[in-house]
Amino acid sequence: MTETSPEQTPKNSSFAFLRDLRFIQALAQAVFVILVLLAGRWLIGNLLESVQTRGLSLSFDFFRRTAGFVVGEGLPMERTDTFWYAYLIGLYNSLRVIGIGLLLATVVGVLAGIALLSTNWLLRSLVSIYVEIMRNTPLLVQLFFIYFGIILKLPSLQDRITVGAFSLSNRGFYFPKPIPGTGFPLWIAVTLAAVVVSIVLYRVLLNRRVQQGVETRPLLWSGIILIGVPAAVWIFTPGHPLALDYPALQGLRMEGGATLSPEFAGILVGLVLYTGAFIADIVRAGILAVAKGQQEAATALGLSKSQVLRLVVLPQAMRVIIPPLTNQFLNLAKNSSLAVGVGYPDLYNVSSTIFNQSGQAVQVISLMMGTYLVMSLLISAVMNYLNSRLQIKER
Amino acid sequence: MRRSRLLIVLLGAAILLLALGACQPAEPEVITKVETQEVTIVETQEVQVNVPVSFQMESQRLAAVKANGVLRCGVNSGVPGFGFLNESGEFVGFDTDFCRAIATAIFGDPSAVEFRPLTAAERFTALQTNEVDVLIRNTTWTFTRDVELGTDFGPTTFYDGQGMMVRKDSGFDSLNDMEGATVCVLSGTTTELNLADAFSSRGLSYDTLVFDKSDETAAAYDEGRCDGLTSDKSQLAGLRTTMTNPADHKILPETMSKEPLGPVWAQGDQQWGDLVRWVVNGVIIAEEKDITAANVAETAAGDPQDPEVRRLLGLEGSFGELLGLDPDFMVNVISAAGNYGEIYERNLGPDGTDIPRAGSANALWSDGGLLYAPPWR
Repeated sequence: MTETSPEQTPKNSSFAFLRDLRFIQALAQAVFVILVLLAGRWLIGNLLESVQTRGLSLSFDFFRRTAGFVVGEGLPMERTDTFWYAYLIGLYNSLRVIGIGLLLATVVGVLAGIALLSTNWLLRSLVSIYVEIMRNTPLLVQLFFIYFGIILKLPSLQDRITVGAFSLSNRGFYFPKPIPGTGFPLWIAVTLAAVVVSIVLYRVLLNRRVQQGVETRPLLWSGIILIGVPAAVWIFTPGHPLALDYPALQGLRMEGGATLSPEFAGILVGLVLYTGAFIADIVRAGILAVAKGQQEAATALGLSKSQVLRLVVLPQAMRVIIPPLTNQFLNLAKNSSLAVGVGYPDLYNVSSTIFNQSGQAVQVISLMMGTYLVMSLLISAVMNYLNSRLQIKER
Repeated sequence: MRRSRLLIVLLGAAILLLALGACQPAEPEVITKVETQEVTIVETQEVQVNVPVSFQMESQRLAAVKANGVLRCGVNSGVPGFGFLNESGEFVGFDTDFCRAIATAIFGDPSAVEFRPLTAAERFTALQTNEVDVLIRNTTWTFTRDVELGTDFGPTTFYDGQGMMVRKDSGFDSLNDMEGATVCVLSGTTTELNLADAFSSRGLSYDTLVFDKSDETAAAYDEGRCDGLTSDKSQLAGLRTTMTNPADHKILPETMSKEPLGPVWAQGDQQWGDLVRWVVNGVIIAEEKDITAANVAETAAGDPQDPEVRRLLGLEGSFGELLGLDPDFMVNVISAAGNYGEIYERNLGPDGTDIPRAGSANALWSDGGLLYAPPWR
């Protein structure tokens, strides 16, 4: 072999890899990775250099310093608490609005989505007007409208609207707050037990109905236990398990009771209505994606309209709905940072105060980005788990 | 298999390359340091007799500004009297006039300014990242800002103090009446901290409502969401004019803090700081010497006898040259922007937001105020 063409073979074999497609692909990828790394290094180098020339530090120690300001809502705060505590209050406020927002937006979205397919012309038209307006205007504008245009136009605290123990003004919505009394531990234990028993009973009775074909009234019996037992214990417990704390005007503000602040209400209503409109369209699309034969077959079996929807259509539609729904949930979580526009002290609002008072913008913003990232990834993880549970199991 | 191994090797090589690259910049730095040291040694030995000559080093930022053709000035766009975007889309106000004065000093043209409206929260980051050359946006000079944030403060152009605006029918006559009040405040300001100090030192409880824009803060107060609106008194006077019914509001007598406001720039360019500082000092001296926009050209041409006026207007000495500017730059500045008194009168006088000057800290030192410019010599 070596004797045939001693000059050509080594030359050919040493450069042959240049024409190898696999090599070219690998090289292209390596070049790309190097370019990305170079760009990243340039950006980070730029940051570090400017931090160094200005004599700034990148340490997180300042979080232990006294904040010197107070956060108006959430957990109680003193002027002498630390920046870190302020940050935690911001996080708590964000989680509050995101958690409640996700729940309500889903409810609003599913109801509106079903209504979009309703045979009732009036309902369908009204809901589609809502969906189109919400989807096609910027959220920040909606927030300003809701907060400045509606909530702050309510009467002042002195002229508040009062219905029984509830009162409404542009300082917030005030309502009585339950306070646990001496009998509370006993009552809550009995109530929890009643919940468990009623669930078990419901399952047992339902099973018997399915298997033996006798009417066992599972809903009725479990309902009686769920409501009856706690009510009976409430009446017979010595000392009321729960007392109500009523709000009352004292000087410039309402003392006692619980408050829904205008800022919280503003951001919550804004997020729920906005995200709800998108979810409505996703739900509508999901329902339409279920083959028409399924509905017709279910109707032919004699199921009522609501049963068709609940038992046949929605479970199948969920498989189409969940993935885009995840996106909307993430949007809601991230859009909650617009709360600063209506003065709600969420994570972004408090963080921007912290980095202004401390001047440590790089650290605070990176920590904030990390926090939002973790929140979003958690939401994604939960939704992906739900998605995998709902997919058709091939056996 | 083989391909992935090749990729890993290439990646390893890339990372090695980067690591090496990261080490490199250190070398030239060391060299330049050695060089500068040498130069300074030579300078101190030779120059002791004639210091100014060796200091002909021009500010890097000034060179950059001249190359850009405009001065990038960080300003407020929502505080009438200080920095406000008016109906015809122009920035007007006390602070923006100082931007124009500095631009005139450099270019001889008061319109060579690019105004960058900034929120209170953005302003220091804008300086730190070189988004603006100078920040004149009612910024209070404080210890941390000066020492920690990498910014330097110029001479105070306005001595302010924090106040509280309330409704006349609220029954408040002093801060002490405000137990349990809700107060609207702007995010990222010293105001937020002073408010906490003022209320906790009086043992009063209160709630805050924080917005990141002046307009929204004022709107929430105007709608009655808050019992009080706190800010610097000068700003409150301006904000009161934007209320639905300005006559319904009053400013409480207490001053909660000292708020010296002035221009700010990024640390690290002393010559640039000198330029800003002396333009401000120059307009104050011009008022002391009664040189106005109307008479400055005439005075400069008429061979004045007062030595300080001669130096200020560039007829004597090489003051402009030392800053890297034209010798008669102050003539341009004064004819375009006027002296301190004129700038004040135009924006904060009775025709503007009406903040009385006579008897206040903002009067000239010779009239019992605090405005005192070091001598121009």
